[in-house]
Amino acid sequence: MEDELSFSDICGGRLALQRRYYSPTCREFCLSCPRLSLRSLTAVTCSVWLAAYGLFTLCENSMILSAAIFIILLGLLGYLHFVKIDQETLLIIDSLGIQMTSSYASGKESTTFIEMGKVKDIIINEAIYMQKVIYYLCILLKDPVEPHGISQVVPVFQSAKPRLDCLIEVYRSCQEILAHQKATSTSP
Amino acid sequence: MVFKVFFPTCCTSADSGLLVGRWVPEQSSAVVLAVVHFPFIPIQVKELLTQVQQASHVGVTVLGTWCHRRQGPEEGLGRFLEGLGTIFSHDPWLQLCRQRGGTSWSCKAVGQPMSPGVPSDDQVLLVFYDQRQVLLSQLHPPTVLPDRQAGDAPASAGGLAAVFDTVARSEVLFRSDRFDEGPVRLSHWQSEGVEASILVELAKQAAGPTCMLVSWLLSLLSAVSTCRLFRLWPLSFICSKLSTCEQVRHRLGHLSLLFSIQGAETPAQLMRKANVFVSVLLDVALGLMLLAWLHGKDHIGQLADTLVPVADRVAEGLQHLLQWLMGAPAGLKMNRALDQVLGRFFLYHIHLWISYIHLMSPFIERILWHVGLSACLGLTVALSLLSDIIALLTFHIYCFYVYGARLYYLKIYGLSSLWRLFRGKKWNVLRQRVDSCSYDLDQLFIGTLLFTILVFLLPTTALYYLVFTLLRLLVVTVQGSLHLLVDLINSLPLYSVGLRLCRPYRLAAGVKFRVLGHEAGKPLRLLMQINPLPYSRVVHTYRLPSCGCHPKLSWSSLCRKLFFGELIYPWRQKSCKQD
Repeated sequence: MEDELSFSDICGGRLALQRRYYSPTCREFCLSCPRLSLRSLTAVTCSVWLAAYGLFTLCENSMILSAAIFIILLGLLGYLHFVKIDQETLLIIDSLGIQMTSSYASGKESTTFIEMGKVKDIIINEAIYMQKVIYYLCILLKDPVEPHGISQVVPVFQSAKPRLDCLIEVYRSCQEILAHQKATSTSP
Repeated sequence: MVFKVFFPTCCTSADSGLLVGRWVPEQSSAVVLAVVHFPFIPIQVKELLTQVQQASHVGVTVLGTWCHRRQGPEEGLGRFLEGLGTIFSHDPWLQLCRQRGGTSWSCKAVGQPMSPGVPSDDQVLLVFYDQRQVLLSQLHPPTVLPDRQAGDAPASAGGLAAVFDTVARSEVLFRSDRFDEGPVRLSHWQSEGVEASILVELAKQAAGPTCMLVSWLLSLLSAVSTCRLFRLWPLSFICSKLSTCEQVRHRLGHLSLLFSIQGAETPAQLMRKANVFVSVLLDVALGLMLLAWLHGKDHIGQLADTLVPVADRVAEGLQHLLQWLMGAPAGLKMNRALDQVLGRFFLYHIHLWISYIHLMSPFIERILWHVGLSACLGLTVALSLLSDIIALLTFHIYCFYVYGARLYYLKIYGLSSLWRLFRGKKWNVLRQRVDSCSYDLDQLFIGTLLFTILVFLLPTTALYYLVFTLLRLLVVTVQGSLHLLVDLINSLPLYSVGLRLCRPYRLAAGVKFRVLGHEAGKPLRLLMQINPLPYSRVVHTYRLPSCGCHPKLSWSSLCRKLFFGELIYPWRQKSCKQD
């Protein structure tokens, strides 16, 4: 089962949430951010070029122009490879674990897998971000020493920053699986 | 709890047979290690399994049956496979079946009437894993405690670490290669036969005696270096100050680690040895390249020819600077008498320095030639030597800095104590605090007079101090960057980085799963892949310890020291002793 919903992030940008229900025990949520727009790319390139031409007319040194080309190329590569995240995926598998994948615009993927034994709960939390209060989904990890304590809080969908309505959708599905997990692991 | 079956990808195309593996009850997961093919004799299979159990301390049992249907449904085979469950009793008994198309899998776990959790088809997860990668990979951070004996049961290793542990321990099972003919035909990850090379064998044979010889030589060397002659005052003192000596000692430690007779026990130790080996190898290779460049085409002569004029020019520049300071630098009006005294003093110093360099100049080429030979010990040694040479050649700057700093320090110290007098207070040494105190009129008069004199003389001293501190900081920066380069070569774990580059699965940070597909009524299939360790963590985990001869100074404490005129890095101790 697969469906796609449209939400907006905290700044009002469009986000697409894809839900894939592989089985009752395995669900995947995929949040896609908007792609790099041509307009912003053109604006950045033009501004760098104008600055470079301004300097060039002042200093009359053609090194500045070639430096501008390199700066734009390297900056774009670095932005696509290390900064711009296109898609964030949360895969939750009952009794196995939770996997978070963020795929960058260049195709690089970074994955974190948290085993179910370490997960204490999944919650929605409030945080102060810049001048506003935002909500975010996070995974609480168990402290290995103290069973009731929390050792770490892992935020999910860190770059997409969806609004509360989207988070509630994901939260409900995750809680269903967690409840199922708790029910089956305690009964035998 | 959902029932999990870990199945090796290399067995997906195997013929029908028995599944051999380990059952982890606390996570209700079955780790399949191999498939035993028909025909077999049950006694022989049981014998093999007990052998493997004894060797690996892993509870390897027959988990169930594996059925690969190439043609249409075979009723007879199915019934036969069910019958096998009575011979090899296991709870629950797995029945894994693959249809002809290759995409349709079914898995049934038949349990005794044990629990309500007898999993239906929906509740089974089929996780495929690459046996070779899981066998060779090393989880970070290591989950098994280092003091644990290898023979203990891996009960505490939780979750997926248990899977990794099981596969790594049952290496005995995988030892037979594809061409082995045993009583029982197994299908699992197999090497393509053991390759034998005469060179490798010779190297293995030669490694032992070579290590013995080299370690004996190294122990001899260390015995010589600890003998009494080198403990005498000037030698030990100079050795502790020269970065070359530190570097050579560091490298000797590395070599004795490399050629030590007892082998590495844990993977971390092995990795450390390999890292040290690659680091030493790279160091020596770079050093030899430097040596070839220096000694070819008379580069040494050119260097010597440029070195003396450069030192001369530096001294000349300093002279000009001093003459500028003795006038009215940047339009400031200095105290003329003090300015002249200080300037002349420093000028005389430079004069001495220039004559010293001219005395040295005929020998410089010879010295450089011998110094160049040290590059065969490694680039790091040559760089440390270069740093030492820079320190020696800029000794005059260091002297100026020390004089300036001392004068400035005295001024600041006097001013601060006189400022307390000015306010009618004094420093109580016994109680370590500032007390109020009533001074006589004479005391106050003298104190105020001295305070005024010091305040008016302060700008001149401060100017000299500022200029020489800047020069000193320049030299320290150059030396510091050289030391950084040396540290980089010393501590970069190149072997681990190369391993991460070429065999990403060897250093695992964890696992990642990919959903292969799901049909209703069939088990969900997942592919387990190794998640490689990021480069930053590789470097962080396997960093070799560096020389550690640098004091850790924070920026704020550095600025504080500069402001109060205390001496900074690196010859601080030396100057203290001289003072």
